[in-house]
Amino acid sequence: MIEKDLVIVGGGPAGLSAAKVASEAGMEVALFERSFQLGGQLVKQTHKFFGSQSQYAKTRGIEIARILIEEIKNESVEVFLSATVVGLYKDNIITVYQGNKYFKVKAKAIVIATGASEKFLAFENNDLPGIYGAGAVQTLMNIHGVLPGKEVVMVGSGNIGLIVSYQLIQAGVKVKALIEASSKIGGYMVHASKLKRLGVDIITSSTVKRAVGDRKLEKIITVKLDDKWQEIPGSEEEIICDALCISVGLSPMHQLLSMGEANMLYVNELGGLVPIKTCDYETSLNNVFACGDVTGIEEASSAMVEGKIAGLMAAKHSGYIHPDYDSLETSLNNQLCVLRQGPCGEKIRCGLKKVGEERV
Amino acid sequence: MRVNEHPILNFGERKKIEFTFNGKKMFGYEGDTVAAALVDNGIMEFSKSVIHERPRGFYCAIGNCGSCNMTVNGIENVKTCLTLLESGMVVENDSDEVVVIND
Repeated sequence: MIEKDLVIVGGGPAGLSAAKVASEAGMEVALFERSFQLGGQLVKQTHKFFGSQSQYAKTRGIEIARILIEEIKNESVEVFLSATVVGLYKDNIITVYQGNKYFKVKAKAIVIATGASEKFLAFENNDLPGIYGAGAVQTLMNIHGVLPGKEVVMVGSGNIGLIVSYQLIQAGVKVKALIEASSKIGGYMVHASKLKRLGVDIITSSTVKRAVGDRKLEKIITVKLDDKWQEIPGSEEEIICDALCISVGLSPMHQLLSMGEANMLYVNELGGLVPIKTCDYETSLNNVFACGDVTGIEEASSAMVEGKIAGLMAAKHSGYIHPDYDSLETSLNNQLCVLRQGPCGEKIRCGLKKVGEERV
Repeated sequence: MRVNEHPILNFGERKKIEFTFNGKKMFGYEGDTVAAALVDNGIMEFSKSVIHERPRGFYCAIGNCGSCNMTVNGIENVKTCLTLLESGMVVENDSDEVVVIND
């Protein structure tokens, strides 16, 4: 059995940031990532980020991933790629599956930074090939340079739906329509305006009634919704397309924490089942910490800050005090407050209050 | 189908890699996952639902959904979206056996 000071599960923005800070504090870190590369979903974000300079604002996600990966190279972080953590046990042991082998790792502390997965939408024939998660299409075209189809319809006008639609157009795909069930566009107007200028039809109060096709998507039937979200009979319309992207939100990847029997709570504002945690980001399991989207759906910017806090606290609880502990703690918590202020942060503030995080 | 021109990304010159899918010879490029190479080759059906055998395509691309699980070099239930393509790989999804996904 491998023994380490700290085990981090997930090599995205939260996990990488935790690894950096914890190793600076003197911990021997093992970082486990399911994919063959580090960076999480940043590696396909070709757009520039918002936020402030400390979270790499105005930098493209793909560049931020490179910076975060570079930052842990000189630290005492052992990285395990293509390694899926499949078990979390109460005595701070995890089990890992890598290359058809199964092994155990014991640590003084564990940081869970597993991120999120895309939600799905219920409609007839929603399993037809050609229906993809919006993030999957982003992976396909921005990492591999492969196109999902010629004519795409996007479902969901949150920031992911808006940004991926724009990126589809950049990659040379026709976006025939963007469909939104609510009467209002969900994401930032700056993204929606870009699409409108390019002539994309954003259809609000509308959803997918069914997909049609013989073993692969050929067209979709949309239907209008009234103000009580009920379908309006006779309002069906047909859109011919060979790909449909579903972008209806994300839910936290809670499975490991649930398996470890951490105290969990379903919080709608945070996207689903999340762990109850202390101000130090410790879950109800002793010395098991959590940060990033697994504790509530937000942006990569806040995941990076949360990751640093989790790294700082996991180190402290194991007896490693970071040389800049006091200034880091204050500055990181201030950064989070700034990221979550204003009307755009209201949902996350409300959600975090429900899990007992009082500092926001 | 590949991206021709892109305002931000440059996929550059990449090495061509040969592999087989259900016995048929296909090509992908270095850095592709098996799943990405298959989509590029026009393959839409990645797996079948266990009971009704409905065709399932590529869905999440990050190892969550299980839709892209196939037999790769004789190993069953391989997540093809997280597996990098290698020269001479044998990829299959036409096995008659019902494979229980327990990964």
